[in-house]
Amino acid sequence: MSTITPIVMPKWGLSMKEGTVIEWLVEEGCIITTGMPIIDMETDKLANAVEAPDPGILRRKVASAGDLLPVKALLGVMADQDVSDAEIDAYIAAYVTPVATDEEDSSAQAFQYIEVDGIRVRYVQKGGSTGTPVLLIHGYGGDLDNWLFNIDALSEKAPVIALDLPGHGQSAVKLPAGVNLVAQAGFVVHFLDAINVTRAHMVGHSMGAAIASQIALDAPQYVASLTLIGSAGLGAEINSAYIDGFANAQSRRELKPVLEILFSDPALVSRQLVDDVLRYKRLDGVGSLLVELGQALFCDGKQNEQPGLKLGSSCPALVIWGRDDRVIPVNHASNAPKGATVEILEGVGHMVQLERASEVNRLIIQHISA
Amino acid sequence: MARKISMKQAVNEALDQAMAADPTVICMGEDIVGGAGGNGEMDAWGGVLGVTKGLYAKHPKQMMDTPLSESAYIGAAIGAAACGMRPVAELMFIDFMGVCFDQIFNQAAKFKYMFGGKAETPVVIRCMVGAGFRAAAQHSQMLTPLFAHIPGLKVVCPSNAYDTKGLLIQSIRDNDPVIFCEHKNLYAHECEVPEASYTIPFGEANIVREGKHCTIVTYGLMVHRSLDAAAVLAKEGVEVEIVDLRTLSPLDMDTVLESVTKTGRLVCVDEASPRCNIATDISAQVCMHAFGALKAQIEMVTPPHTPVPFSPVLEDMYIPSAAQIATAVRKTIKGSK
Amino acid sequence: MQVQNPFPLSRDELLTVYRQMRTIREFEERLHIDFGRGDIPGFVHLYAGEEATAAGIMHHLNDGDRIASTHRGHGHCIAKGVDVVGMMKEIYGKKGGSCNGKGGSMHIADLSRGMMGANGILGAGGPLICGAALAAKYRNKGEVGICFFGDGASNQGTILESMNLAGVWNLPVIFVVENNGYAESTSRDYGTAVDSYVDRAAGFGLPGVTVDGTDFFAVHEAAGAVIKRAREGGGPSLLECKMVRYFGHFEGDAQTYRAPGELDDIRANHNCLKILGDQLTAAGIISQSELTKIDEEVMVLIEHSVKEAKAAPFPTLADLTTDVYINY
Repeated sequence: MSTITPIVMPKWGLSMKEGTVIEWLVEEGCIITTGMPIIDMETDKLANAVEAPDPGILRRKVASAGDLLPVKALLGVMADQDVSDAEIDAYIAAYVTPVATDEEDSSAQAFQYIEVDGIRVRYVQKGGSTGTPVLLIHGYGGDLDNWLFNIDALSEKAPVIALDLPGHGQSAVKLPAGVNLVAQAGFVVHFLDAINVTRAHMVGHSMGAAIASQIALDAPQYVASLTLIGSAGLGAEINSAYIDGFANAQSRRELKPVLEILFSDPALVSRQLVDDVLRYKRLDGVGSLLVELGQALFCDGKQNEQPGLKLGSSCPALVIWGRDDRVIPVNHASNAPKGATVEILEGVGHMVQLERASEVNRLIIQHISA
Repeated sequence: MARKISMKQAVNEALDQAMAADPTVICMGEDIVGGAGGNGEMDAWGGVLGVTKGLYAKHPKQMMDTPLSESAYIGAAIGAAACGMRPVAELMFIDFMGVCFDQIFNQAAKFKYMFGGKAETPVVIRCMVGAGFRAAAQHSQMLTPLFAHIPGLKVVCPSNAYDTKGLLIQSIRDNDPVIFCEHKNLYAHECEVPEASYTIPFGEANIVREGKHCTIVTYGLMVHRSLDAAAVLAKEGVEVEIVDLRTLSPLDMDTVLESVTKTGRLVCVDEASPRCNIATDISAQVCMHAFGALKAQIEMVTPPHTPVPFSPVLEDMYIPSAAQIATAVRKTIKGSK
Repeated sequence: MQVQNPFPLSRDELLTVYRQMRTIREFEERLHIDFGRGDIPGFVHLYAGEEATAAGIMHHLNDGDRIASTHRGHGHCIAKGVDVVGMMKEIYGKKGGSCNGKGGSMHIADLSRGMMGANGILGAGGPLICGAALAAKYRNKGEVGICFFGDGASNQGTILESMNLAGVWNLPVIFVVENNGYAESTSRDYGTAVDSYVDRAAGFGLPGVTVDGTDFFAVHEAAGAVIKRAREGGGPSLLECKMVRYFGHFEGDAQTYRAPGELDDIRANHNCLKILGDQLTAAGIISQSELTKIDEEVMVLIEHSVKEAKAAPFPTLADLTTDVYINY
C-alpha cells in the first residue's frame, strides 16, 4: 500500500474551476499537521491559504508559484521518509487530474430559487438527504459565498443549506416587513417551511447568528443546535465604522478599507472580493436597503436587539470568535449562553469561517455530531 | 447569477429597464425601430445591427424612428432633455458626429455653464465606435478624444457587457449630457450580467488584471488586446496590471496614478489616432503627478496617424495588436533605470 | 362717454404690450450708448426696431411655452418675461446676472420662463425647439415651441432639417423668420435664393404666412392663428415677419452697406413703437399722456438696471469652475 498522500487544488465554493498558486508557505521535508496553512492560493473570488487536509511530511512541491491549475490538480506530495524519491516520481507521473463532471461544473444548476413571503430567495443545498441538515445564515451585507470554504466540507457529514437573506446576495432586493430580527427570523423559518425542512442545525455568522438566536427563542422546535460565529446579539457594541462604511461605500477605493476591517489579514481582501461586493451594492435599491437595515439593527455603534442574551441552556450552543474581531468585540463571547462551548481562535478577525475554515468546519462537525 | 449575455443584449436590456422605470426616457434614432411608415413589419431592423430589436413592441410610445437628419434629431434630443425628458439618441456611428457636432459641443455641453447653472441636459447619445468592421474611413473611427476634450460632456466607453449595462443605466439617470461609445467589435462579447437594474458610477476605472511590473491604461476593445498581451507576458514572468478606464470623462486618474506608483512603468493603449488622444493625456498627467515613480520611459500603443483603411490587410495592420502591446511592455522593462 | 375698443386686446393688455415694447426699445438704446462708452464687454446685437414681432408673438405664450432665441435675443427675453435687471447685470458680466455672468448677451436664458436661450450659433434653435415641442407633445398640455431665426439663419441646414422633422413628427412648433433684410452685412436677396419664405415652408409641407413685422396687430393676429393650430395638434407652421433693424449687425457696425437715407427712412416711417402708439391714441382708448407716463417709468427702470448692473460684483475665481457639470 502506498503511503503517499496527494495535496490537490481545493474547490472553494460552487463556481471555482481553477486557482493560482501564489507561494508555498512550507518547505520540503517539513512535518505538516492537519489544518496547517501550506500554500497561499488565489482564485477569481478570493485569496486564502490552503490548509493541509491531512498530516504528513511534505516530500515534493509539484506546483510552483504563478501556476494556474484546475481544481484537484496535484499541488504537492506528502509521504513518510521511507518512501523513495523514485516512488514519488512515479506517483507524480501517474497522477491524472480528475475532470470535473458536468454536474459539478455547472454552478448555475447548484443554485435554487424559491419565493417566500413574496421575496425571491436564492439558496443552495448540498450533501445527502438523510440526517438533520445544517442551515448556514450569513451576516449583514453578506451572502452564501461567505460559506465558500464550509459548504463542501460540512456537506460530507450532513446535508447543508445556505441561503441569501432577503435583500442580500442574489435574493430579491426587499426586506421582510418589520425591519428587525424577529421579522428576519420569521422569514428564515418560512423559508425552511417552504423547502420542507422541519429542524436544522443553525449556523449563523454575525447578524446571521443573531437571527439564529432569535429563531431559537421564537421557534425552538426548528433548532437542533446553535453555532454562533462572531455573533451579533450577544452584547451592545458593534463597529459603526464598518456598518456605515459598508452601507455607504460607493467605489472600490471606499469599500476596500471597509472590507479589510472584516479580516485579521487585510491581504485576504482580493480585487475580486471587492468587485463582487460592489456588484451587489450597485443593484438598484441595495444601497438604501442596507442603510435601512443598518439603522434598524446597528444604529450608531449599538446593537438594538440582543436575542443571544436571552438564550437558555436547553439548546446546545457553540460560540466561535476570532480574537482580532474588529466588527463585534471578542469579549461578547463571555455572554454566551450557559453550557455553551466557546472557542476563541487566535489571529483571526470577524470572518472566522473564511479565515480559519478547516478549524471552523471541524468545530461545527464536532458540535453537530455530539 | 451565472447568466451570460452579450454587450448587445446588455444595451438592449439597459434601455428596456430604463424605459420601463421612467416614462420620460425616450429613444430616438435612425432605424432604431425600422419599418416606420412602410407597409411591412414594424421593428424590421431594431437598429442597424439589431441592438434595439424588440424594444418597440414593449415601449411603442418611447421608441421613435427619425429621418436621416442627424442635426435635427440630435438637437431635438438635446432640446427635449432641457425640457424634462431623458432622451437616448442613437447616432449609429460616431463618425456621423460631424454633421451634428454643433448641437453636441456648442449646445448640450454648454447649457449648464452658459446659463449660469440653471439648465439640466440629461441626454445620452449612443454611438458605435472603433475599427475592425471593414467599414473604412467614415464608419470606423475612435473619436473619443474629441468629446473628452469638451467641458460639459461625459464620455463613456465600456469594454464588456456588465459595464455596458451599468454604465448605460447610469448615463440615462445622469443629469449631464453623456456620449456613450459602444465598440462594434464587442457587441458579441459575453459575460455575467445581473438581470436586475444596476448602475456603475462614472469616474471609477476598473482594474481588470493585477500585476506588479507594468501598468497598461486603456479602454474599450483595447482592454481585450491588452489582456491577450498580458497572458503572453505572464509566461515570460512579466506581470502586467491593466486599468480599464471605462469613462474617459470624468477620468479616474487616482487609480492610474496608484497603479503606476506601484509598478513604475506605464503603457497607454488607445485605439484613437495618436495625436492629442487619451493616451497622450494619461501620459502627460502621469509625468506631471508621478514622474518620480517611473522607472522607464512611458510607451504608447496607438494606430498610425492615418484614416482607417478599408482593405482588411491594411485595417488589421492599423489596429493596435496584442503583439505591439507586448513589445511596448517589454521596452519599458528593458529600458528601466 | 365709453369709447369702443377696436382691438382684440383689453386696455390693460394694450398698456402692458406698449410698456413691453418701450422697455425693449429703451433697453437697446441705452446699451447702444453704454457700449459706445466702452462700459460693456464683448459684443452685443440689438433688437431695436423689431419689438412688435417679439411682443406680438409672446403675447400668446405662457411660461410653459418654450422659445429658442437668436444672437439678437434681448427683445425675446424681455417679451418672454425675463427680469430686466438680471439681463442688464448679465450683459455687464456681473454676478447675479441672468446667467451669473457666465453667458453674456448672446446666451441669456431663463428656463423657468420658457426662454431656452439666446444662441450664438445661427440656426441652432431649430433642432432644440423641436425637442422642446416633442417634450410638450409627451406632456400633452397644449404647449408650443417658437423658433426665432433671421433671414440669414434661414439658410442653415439645421433650420431646414428642423422644418422637416417638425413636419414628420407633427410637432407644435412655429418657425418665425425675423426678416430684417440683412444677414449681417449681406442683403437677404443676395443670400437667399427663394423670394418667399412661404414658398420655402411649402417645400416642407408647412403652411406659411408673411406679415408686416412692424405692425403689432398684424403679428399678433397671424401668430395667434398658427399658435392656436399648433396647440390643437395641427402641427408646425412658418411665420415670416418683415421688419427693420435700427442698429448694425453688432454694435460698432457703421452699416455702410445700407443705401443713403435708408436708416432715416426706417426710423421715420417704420418705427413699430410709434406705429403702435399712434394706433392706440387714434382709437381714443389710451391717451398720449398715459403713454408718456409709461415712457418715463421705463426710463427709470432702465436707469435703475444700469445702476444695479454697474454696482453688482464681478464673479470670482470660485465661480470660474462651477456649473460645468451637475456632478463630475
